Amino acid sequence: MPFIEFLFKPKNELEKGGRQSVQVASADENEPSKPCPNCRKMVPLSQLWANHNTCECGYHFRMNARQRINFICDADTFSEWDAGVTSRDILDFPGYMTKLENTRNACGESEAVVCGRAKIDGEDCCIFVMEPYFMMGSMGTVVGEKITRTFERAIELGLPVVGYTVSGGARMQEGILSLMQMAKTSGAVKRHSEAGLFYLTVITDPTTGGVTASFAMDGDVILAEPGALIGFAGPRVIEQTTRRKLPAGFQKAEFVLEHGFVDAIVPRSTQKATIAQLLKMHAGGERVG
Amino acid sequence: MAKNTVSKAYDRVRLARQNGRPTGVDYIENIITGFIELHGDRNYADDEAIVGGIGYLDGRPVTVIAIEKGRNSKERVAHNFGAPHPEGYRKALRLMKQAEKFGRPVICLVDTSGAYCGIGAEERGQGQAIAQCIMEMMALKTPSVSILIGEGGSGGALALAVADRVWMLENAVYSAISPEGCASILWKDASKADEAAESLKLTATDALALGVIEEIIPEQELGKESFYEKLRVKLSREFRELGAMDANELVRQRFERFRNLGVPDMGGKK
Ligand SMILES: [Zn+2]
Repeated sequence: MPFIEFLFKPKNELEKGGRQSVQVASADENEPSKPCPNCRKMVPLSQLWANHNTCECGYHFRMNARQRINFICDADTFSEWDAGVTSRDILDFPGYMTKLENTRNACGESEAVVCGRAKIDGEDCCIFVMEPYFMMGSMGTVVGEKITRTFERAIELGLPVVGYTVSGGARMQEGILSLMQMAKTSGAVKRHSEAGLFYLTVITDPTTGGVTASFAMDGDVILAEPGALIGFAGPRVIEQTTRRKLPAGFQKAEFVLEHGFVDAIVPRSTQKATIAQLLKMHAGGERVG
Repeated sequence: MAKNTVSKAYDRVRLARQNGRPTGVDYIENIITGFIELHGDRNYADDEAIVGGIGYLDGRPVTVIAIEKGRNSKERVAHNFGAPHPEGYRKALRLMKQAEKFGRPVICLVDTSGAYCGIGAEERGQGQAIAQCIMEMMALKTPSVSILIGEGGSGGALALAVADRVWMLENAVYSAISPEGCASILWKDASKADEAAESLKLTATDALALGVIEEIIPEQELGKESFYEKLRVKLSREFRELGAMDANELVRQRFERFRNLGVPDMGGKK
């Protein structure tokens, strides 16, 4: 299987973008392609790459952290911090070490977030990008520590932070310490905010649980990608608890926007320009008054 | 009721959830005098899953915020079984900011299987409400003590537990996920909850060893006058010490407390 196809291979129902089985139109025999869960057309991979992993119908396919960094940062400006840091099995949790090792090998990342410094259309910033293919971006102690350090370095450098979130929530294999990362990261965000610095979050599909209930919702400006699932409890859990069918579009970015919890939905086609403009608008030295 | 012979983690989960165990309101009635309940989040509604107000602790005004499960079936329904909605967290935050303004210490009594999981809760921003509570509690310029008296379920519990001191009752549990939830996700089998409870390290002893809490409150006299009396004295003493500290220093130390939880080996780099 080519690497790129492996990356796009859905690992569960959520990733397929729906629970119904997808009926796809006949594929172009000449070029590798993948089905769009929204319009059900086969999208040639070349077309997918040219459009930042989006279908012409507007559907946003999942992106891994490196793809996002390449997509959003100016060429050769990203320098990574705390690369290669790996989690330990603090609680001696059954199967966790094996799971970590397999995930590292399959995903190619050492943990579920990539952090560093970069330029976006010339604007200096610190950036963290969560990795959906590393245990669904779950937050354990390494993720918490790396994000906290990103904010601490941003304070030292006097820089804004751009954060891309994608997460299934707390990493249960790290128990209560994973929960504590919500407090830790929130504290770091607060200090960064009190230093008068700008924090922009881009919420991507899906962002739930402890990440939604901490730094994803703490941004000065909160953007979301079209169609992204954003919530605290996951839809399946809500359905089971309430025994009610969920309304159409429930917890999708458009629904969350309508209810007032994100500032704007920005498709990838205009995402870099929007982020750059917001960074420029918050750059120091040009305040009036 | 609870004996010191509890050995398995899941037995503690059962005890923490047991009906008849003192709830938040019991603590308020027995430790606080002249309690006046204050309702509403000033935005949407009053969430009875969280009871908040002002009262006296040893003659000194304090703000008390309790997640209340209810003591009988009628109360349990009224308090939504201690599962708060966003407006509950927003009420809690309002009362905390009010306490900060008037220099009152804050006591939080935490007892919830988790924030309510439902359509309305999501529509009104459960995640955002919890996030804001956590962030603002971290920076609150007044002393705070949170006591986990029963279940400490995930973010819905942490939202009221970002305090200067966090204590746990001997048979309380504190976890990122319920043992049943953990078992059904990991092993597709909710009946393996006892195994999951063991693995999650969710007991007070575990939390103490991991540095997540400062102290364990023994339960030998749980619910008796002597139990509340000791807790009242303990709270008073703690607030005297915390109150002597400069507010900025207090906030700094609170941040450091949580900052240092679960720091992995970062390869010697800072
Ligand atoms: Zn499409």
